[in-house]
Parts: sequence; structure tokens; C-alpha cells
Amino acid sequence: MTRASEKYFPYGLLSPALLLFIGLLFIPLVLTVILSFYSFNSMSGIIPTFTTHNYKAIFTDPYYIGIFGRTGGMALLVTLLCLLFGIPETIILSRMKSPWRGLCLVLILGPLLVSVVVRTLGWSILMGREGLINDFLVFTGLADSPVRMLYTMTGVVIALVHVLIPFMIISIWASLRKLDPWVENAAQSLGGSSFVVYRRIVIPQLLPGILSGSIIVFALSASAFATPALIGGRRLKVVATAAYDEFLSSLNWPLGAAIALLLLIANLAVIMGANKLIERKYKHIFH
Amino acid sequence: MKKNGIGAQLYHCAFLIFIMAPLLIIVAVAFTSKGYISLPTDGLSLRWFIALKDTPEIRTAFFLSLKLAAISSTIAVGLAVPAAVALARHRFPGRDIVSGFLMSPMMIPNVVLGIAFLRFFNIIGLTGSFTLLCCAHIIFIMPYAMRLILAATIGMDRDAENAARSLGASRLTTFRRIFLPLILSGLAGGWILSFIQSFDELTMTIFVATPGTSTLPVVMYNHIAQTIDPLITSVSTVLIAMTLIFMVVLDRIIGLDTVLIGKN
Repeated sequence: MTRASEKYFPYGLLSPALLLFIGLLFIPLVLTVILSFYSFNSMSGIIPTFTTHNYKAIFTDPYYIGIFGRTGGMALLVTLLCLLFGIPETIILSRMKSPWRGLCLVLILGPLLVSVVVRTLGWSILMGREGLINDFLVFTGLADSPVRMLYTMTGVVIALVHVLIPFMIISIWASLRKLDPWVENAAQSLGGSSFVVYRRIVIPQLLPGILSGSIIVFALSASAFATPALIGGRRLKVVATAAYDEFLSSLNWPLGAAIALLLLIANLAVIMGANKLIERKYKHIFH
Repeated sequence: MKKNGIGAQLYHCAFLIFIMAPLLIIVAVAFTSKGYISLPTDGLSLRWFIALKDTPEIRTAFFLSLKLAAISSTIAVGLAVPAAVALARHRFPGRDIVSGFLMSPMMIPNVVLGIAFLRFFNIIGLTGSFTLLCCAHIIFIMPYAMRLILAATIGMDRDAENAARSLGASRLTTFRRIFLPLILSGLAGGWILSFIQSFDELTMTIFVATPGTSTLPVVMYNHIAQTIDPLITSVSTVLIAMTLIFMVVLDRIIGLDTVLIGKN
């Protein structure tokens, strides 16, 4: 083989995948950006012009500001709850003995491979007026009458925590495996109380995993579709369901495209911002 | 190593119940003999599994999803192998951009992918084309295929390949007889993970699905949005059972923790 063909060899290997990605990912994304600057009217449909009207509408109309605010708040709450319940569970898992640990890990991470539609269906059944959760609450006297969970933000958040907490556990688990158990023992033998050992020794070492898990959970809950749509219902809209409704009900494609692109931009900003933070924290801990 | 106290064990049990409850309730309800959502308190019945046979809408969608997932994960793996070789073994200008580009579908919300594909299919006038739906799925699952195949390519020992080459085997023969068998577990793992991701995908597909190309998740979503009946729980139970089988196979091939957590 000549030198020149050797130089282009990697491009040759990559070309089928790259051609597909340019033709069917890059071009469609560019077309969507263009679409978001078109205007729409219910009489004549999509009008190819150049207007920032869609973006202005999203930034000024309290209806859309509310949807973005609700989505951000929901994603934040889901992330916090995943941290609150995921960190202790991962630590407990790491302390389990060999056959049980593997089994429990599979039980907790396995549902990731089950369709989100199926997992959400499970919660719809559990949360119904005559569902098991309400039976339990009324039976134990924790509630006098059935509690409304379907079509509420509480219900959506519970189901989303269930759907996304495995990602948090995966991330923390990855950094936990690098942790040296003897450091914890040393801290304790030098007189540190359990609380101090956790706060000063264990948690800081898990921080990279905690942060990358938080990014994943936040990004996925901010763009979640099936769970908010099925448990939240039509009135409790989030960004993904609002974009869907603009496309398939109102047929206002330009506005739907603008909503979706703002979601993409917000997501990328959060991911990149948090990545910067991780890099800085890493330095702070290890250097 | 510290042990878990009684409080920790109670918490752990509560956590496992939280994780398993929604799946267990579906499987339980699927065996009811009644016409509405209820636990099978007076005996198990296969009524709702038998009813699946007479629901052509769900059967068609199931086989469409199988076909779509099988074709797109096969093509995705076929594209990922040469791409992984290029990224793992060659240094060339633009390498980081290319690898970022091929992994980007993971960073883009599925709603955005769905809208982009819908717009594109609409402009070229081919909405409802199965081929284009496959292409959309290939792009969506590419990062999953890439991740496992790239890890297998980076992790493999190159001695056997070098020996084959120095003994006069051509590049293609070395690739076919040495390289592919050595990364087979990564290849199989990447294929299965891609298959599952494609089979389960809803958010992107629902934008481009037409009556002729409605996948199983899309049909199930539309069904649940209108009504929740035991029929949908029996479909879900079939899917849960399928996932279990896949999990066992994946565990045998490359270890479930490698697939789910990424590193050893």
C-alpha cells in the first residue's frame, strides 16, 4: 500500500458511518434549525420566511416560560431525589457479599433494559385510585381517602426517579470501585466518627461519580417524554410533550422545532457546564 | 470492609421493592381472569395472553419492531466495526471531532432527533418509509454499538494479528480470520444492546411513525394513553420475559456489569 492511501485509510474505514451521519443526522438538524425560523399561520400553514418570532414567543409567553420552568424544576427535583436515595443504596451494595451483590446489582440495573413505556405502565397501575399504593395508605391509616397521584407532578417525579435512578447508581458505582476501603478504615481507627468519615473521606471521593450521574439524570429527565405524558396527562405539560403537541396537534411545526432546539441548547449547556465543574473538582481533590 | 447494619438492610429491602414493584404488578395483573385491571386473586388465567393472538394490531407492531431492531442493529454493528478500528488504531486529523460526531446521538434529546427526522422525511417526501426508519434507528443506536465494539478493539491483544500479517496473510484475511473472532464478544454485546435500544425506542419513533410503520412501543403508548386494560399488561409481560432472556444471554457473553457499567 502506498503512503498516500495509508494516510486516507482511516477515513475510508469511517466513510460509511460518516456519510450516513452527515446525510441523515447533520442535514436534518440543520433543516430543523431553519424550520424554527419559519412562521406559521393556521390558514396557510408553514410559511418559509426568516423570523425570530417563535423564539420571542417562547421567551415572552408565560405559558411557554411555565413549561420550561416546570421541566427544569422537575429535572432538578428528580436529580436531587436520585442522589438522596442512590448514594446510600450504592454504598450498601458495595458492602454486600459476592453472590448477593451481583444479584442485587442485576435487579436494580436490569430494569434499564425494559422499555420506559412498560415501566411507566407499572406506575400507572400502582398509582391509580384503586391501586396498591392507595390500598396500602388507606389500610395502614396513613391516608383517610385515596390520594391523587396520577396526573400530578408528584406521580411524574416518583416514576421518573424509578426510571432514572439506575443511571445514578451506575455512575457512583464506577467511582466507588476505585475507592480504597482502607482509607475509610484508617480514618475510623484514627478516631473519626462515622458521620465525619462519610462527609470528609467517602463522599468527596465519590464526587466525580455523583456529578456525572447527576448530569445524566438531569439531562434525561429534562427531555423525558413517555413518563410525563402518560402519568402527567395532557394538561401537565413538559418541554418534550409540548413540542410533540405542537407537531402533531397544533401542526405548528416551526414553534415545535424552536421549543425542541431550546431544549437541546439548555441540555448541552448543562452538560458542558457540569463537565467543567467536574474537571475543577477533580483538581481540587486529587492535586 | 464494613458490614451493613440492620437499618441499612431495611433500606436496601425497601429500595428493591421500589425498583421491582412496577414490573411485578404488571406481571401479576397479566394473569387476571377479569376484564379489568385487578390482581389474580381467584386463580391464574392465561386469558389475556390468548387474547394477544387475536389482536392483529399488536402482533403486526411486534414483528415490525423485531424486524426493525434486527436490521438496524446489524447495520449499526457493520458500520461500527470499521469506524472503531479507525478510531482505536489510527491517529488522523479530525479524529476527536469524528468520534464526538458518532457519539452525539446520545447527547441529543430523542424529541429533537424525532423532529429532525420528521422534517427531513417530510421534505424529501418519504414519510412512512421503512428504510428511512431503519436509518433513523441506526443513527440512534450507533453510540451503543460503538461503545462496546470500541472497548473490545482497544482491549484486544494485537500479537496474533501481527503474526498472521508477518506470515503473509492479507489485510482482509487477517481481519476476517483473526480480528473478528477476537472481538466477537464485544460484537455480540454491541449487537444485543443496540437491538434492545432500538426495540424499546419510543420518543424519536413516535414522530416519524405512520400507520404502516408503528413500532410496538408506539402502539403501546397510544393504547395506554387511551385505556389501561389487562391486554396491555400481557404484552408488557412478554416484553419483560424477553428482556430477562436477553439479560441472561448478555451476562453469559460479556458479563452484564460490563454492558451496564462499561468498565471491568
